[in-house]
Amino acid sequence: MNTITPPQYLPETPQGRHFRAEKFDFGSFFFGGLTGLATLFILGILAVILLNILINGWSAISWHFVSTIPKKDFFDARTTGVLPMIVGTTIRVFVMTIFVIPVGVITAIYLTEYAPNTSLVTRVIRAAVNNLAGVPSIVFGLFGLGFFINFIGKNLDALLHNPSAVWGQPALIWAALTLAVMTLPVVIVATEESLKAIPPGLREASLALGATKLETILRIVLPQALPGIMTGGILAVSRAAGEVAPILFTGVAYYMASLPHHVTDQFMDLGYHVFVLSTQSPNIDQTRPILYATVLVLLMLTFALNIVAIIIRARMRKKLRALG
Amino acid sequence: MADIILPKINLPEAKAGAVTTGAPLIEIEQLSLHYGASKALKNISLNLGEKIVTAFIGPSGCGKSTLLRCFNRMNDLIDNVRIDGAIRIGGHDIYARNVDVIELRKRVGMVFQKSNPFPKSIYENVAYGLRLHGVNHKAALDEAVEKSLQQSALWEEVKDRLHSSALGLSGGQQQRLCIARAIAIKPEIILMDEPASALDPIATSRIEDLILDLKKDFTIVIVTHNMQQAARISDQTAFFYIGELVEFGPTAKIFTNPAQKRTEDYVTGRFG
Amino acid sequence: MGIHRGHRARPLEWLAEKFIFLVSLSTILMVFLIFLFVAREALPIFFGQANTALVQKVIPPEEVDKLSPAKLQEYLELTPQQFAAMDKDSLKALMEVKQEALDEIPANFRNDPDARINTTEWKYLLLPHQWSGYGKPEYIWQPVGQIQKYNIIPLLVGTLKVTLIGLLFAVPLAVGAAIYVSQLARPRVREIVKPAIELLSGIPSVVVGVFALLIMATVLQTLFGYQTRLNAFVAGCALGFAVIPVIFSIAEDALTSVPRAYTQAALALGASRWQTAWQIVLPAALPGVFAATVLGFGRAIGETMIVLMVCSASVMSWNIFDSARSITTTIAAEMAEAVSGGPHYRILFMLGALLFAATFVSNMIGGLVIQRFKSKLEGKR
Repeated sequence: MNTITPPQYLPETPQGRHFRAEKFDFGSFFFGGLTGLATLFILGILAVILLNILINGWSAISWHFVSTIPKKDFFDARTTGVLPMIVGTTIRVFVMTIFVIPVGVITAIYLTEYAPNTSLVTRVIRAAVNNLAGVPSIVFGLFGLGFFINFIGKNLDALLHNPSAVWGQPALIWAALTLAVMTLPVVIVATEESLKAIPPGLREASLALGATKLETILRIVLPQALPGIMTGGILAVSRAAGEVAPILFTGVAYYMASLPHHVTDQFMDLGYHVFVLSTQSPNIDQTRPILYATVLVLLMLTFALNIVAIIIRARMRKKLRALG
Repeated sequence: MADIILPKINLPEAKAGAVTTGAPLIEIEQLSLHYGASKALKNISLNLGEKIVTAFIGPSGCGKSTLLRCFNRMNDLIDNVRIDGAIRIGGHDIYARNVDVIELRKRVGMVFQKSNPFPKSIYENVAYGLRLHGVNHKAALDEAVEKSLQQSALWEEVKDRLHSSALGLSGGQQQRLCIARAIAIKPEIILMDEPASALDPIATSRIEDLILDLKKDFTIVIVTHNMQQAARISDQTAFFYIGELVEFGPTAKIFTNPAQKRTEDYVTGRFG
Repeated sequence: MGIHRGHRARPLEWLAEKFIFLVSLSTILMVFLIFLFVAREALPIFFGQANTALVQKVIPPEEVDKLSPAKLQEYLELTPQQFAAMDKDSLKALMEVKQEALDEIPANFRNDPDARINTTEWKYLLLPHQWSGYGKPEYIWQPVGQIQKYNIIPLLVGTLKVTLIGLLFAVPLAVGAAIYVSQLARPRVREIVKPAIELLSGIPSVVVGVFALLIMATVLQTLFGYQTRLNAFVAGCALGFAVIPVIFSIAEDALTSVPRAYTQAALALGASRWQTAWQIVLPAALPGVFAATVLGFGRAIGETMIVLMVCSASVMSWNIFDSARSITTTIAAEMAEAVSGGPHYRILFMLGALLFAATFVSNMIGGLVIQRFKSKLEGKR
């Protein structure tokens, strides 16, 4: 026998040796279709949300709207404005970054440059950062109330012999600090990633020239990591600008007659205003355009903050690549 | 040795009897190094002379780079490293308790296998070490930068673009820049860990010429796995094998008439 | 060689290093502080020290001498310092205040058996009770009025309802999309879709809440035709939508961590892409997908604004088409009206502490699973 017949557990290959599929692959179609549909559905709803806001909000926005301090009646579309909310949101986010960026960057530097990998303390720090990231935002609000206001604030008032509560009540500073604790993991993770991306050869070269570890970090490592740090800052800012739960008890006010001008003042907020408009409006049809406009302003503000930071980061990257 | 045909190695005349001048600069005494449980260097004893080029040769994993990194205590950066024995530079034990490692590294410079210029301008790369050690005056920096770049045979090529990025230079130019950066702070000893292994032959020969020139002012210890390179540029050669020092002596002798059989086997290419 | 200066030559370095270390330790401190200060406000409840019973045993002021100092201090709820600072007349005056308080209680309540109950006791917080005016034992959360009812079961049920609906909605969608993006889509598609879904996580929850309130509620009501327009089902779907990015990114990360060697081996044997994904990759990534769900769960029970905007009433009902209050929305909505230091205030903090404990546990589990998963993959390589 000259020919060897192949074992028969495989289906016969047609003589012409084509590689076309014999029958329609239902599995691929069905499975791929389902998962693809899931993806499309998610993206679809995302698009609907954004378009809905854009379309409805755009017509209601005006220069008057963003530059007016409203009277107590928020629901009259002709006289209302969101200037104090814009100011409040921006200031609280700004004060937050003053606290969160230094602490976050320093912690990230410790974790990547100094910490011995196998040490228990290092693992506990990392576990703590992960846990901070998972705490619900309302619990942060309670923390702000229980710790910053009731403990630090009240004791500060006692120390300063204030007759009435100045620090021991909801204030801009406490809301900003609460948000700083909340967004700390974001900054730490982003900074760590950018530090890890720097090749170790650069550090070695610096050390071999007689630089101390600190000098190496300050002169070589940090400047290179700056774009990544900015990314962390951007993410923290976007997150914090939209959060309402943590500021509910720590400083936001339903109505303030003037803009905040001291860290112990309360403030108004865009996100909170959206909440107020949607749940306490006497006439939802009348309020709807104001509501959409406020949402649009909030998204535009977050968007604008993002864009500014992305531009700064891109410029920094270009500078680092071109020269020193 | 009857059956062995030694490869022809061209040694310039001047090197034939090169030997240390005066007291040794680096004395290594019974040095052992452990990475955790394994012993990477076993009882090395060696004396290296001043203002000459010493080459460390040997197959991969023999410990030559590890030994090199002991001289400027770069091994301190690795966890689980233990050192026994002593290394004396200029008579001082560099592993003594009150030694300032930073100061040590100012006196003992290093050039790495893969060139690692900082993402700064050419000028700032060379000036980095100077600024670290307090030199900030522009005139002083300018002069020092120019001198270093000239000494590294790079000045002519970069003098018109000192403030452009160092990363825009070719591989060979970057390595010469790293050498310029290292010599700018005027160390007494320069350690070179396979400085030309990543470069093409033309760039390699430029680096080798540079080393021959530099030895007028600096003591150089170079690790190389290229035997011909060691033969070309070094005055003394040490041959290492799996953590031990097998033989040390004038380069000419090591390559033409080694005392140890293992040395002979290595330099004739029997193993590697 | 002049190199003998050692550590003391560089005190700045040493100081800087210690400073950096201390700052990093503050993260651990923060987690402790959060739990500590939230639980601190709730401690009296945990130890059963609060008492909301309207009608309490009142000792007539004339009997001030009959009580031992310790008992008197306890009756008047004074601290040792306050008690020591007072003389007999002030103590008597305080007792008279208590007597007057009892007299102020409206007559109809004074005889109500409910008025004698300390409603902050654990059995009232957790077990059903038949209050006056009700036909049978009920779980009621109603912290307003003379007799405050603090049963937390309706809140737990509400939280669970909304969270489970949210996960039922989010997990299939997010995991499906993760499979598509990491296994089946072309690289160019992946580059667009992945950031787009992550953009979703950038939308603030108030905005999702507005969307749910105005549009989703109507759409879902037309689709399913139920009575209450704003109910747990709508809140759950909106919540699910907000949680999708979390589950998606972790699941997608887990799926792409599966070594390419597995995929390539399967494809080389003639498996189609979907067979590879379904039979090889997904089972290998299952721990990661599980962790994604656990972390999504943690995120979902902690969500406040969406549920707050959609649902308002706290009804004890397992019907998903009824309204519901969750733990988070209750805290958010009622804290402003709770008297600082009073029982309502403390119970809200207690709820916060419970919530923190729950998310802490679920985060640790999720984190551990991911860690094991990643090291298992690396061990196999």
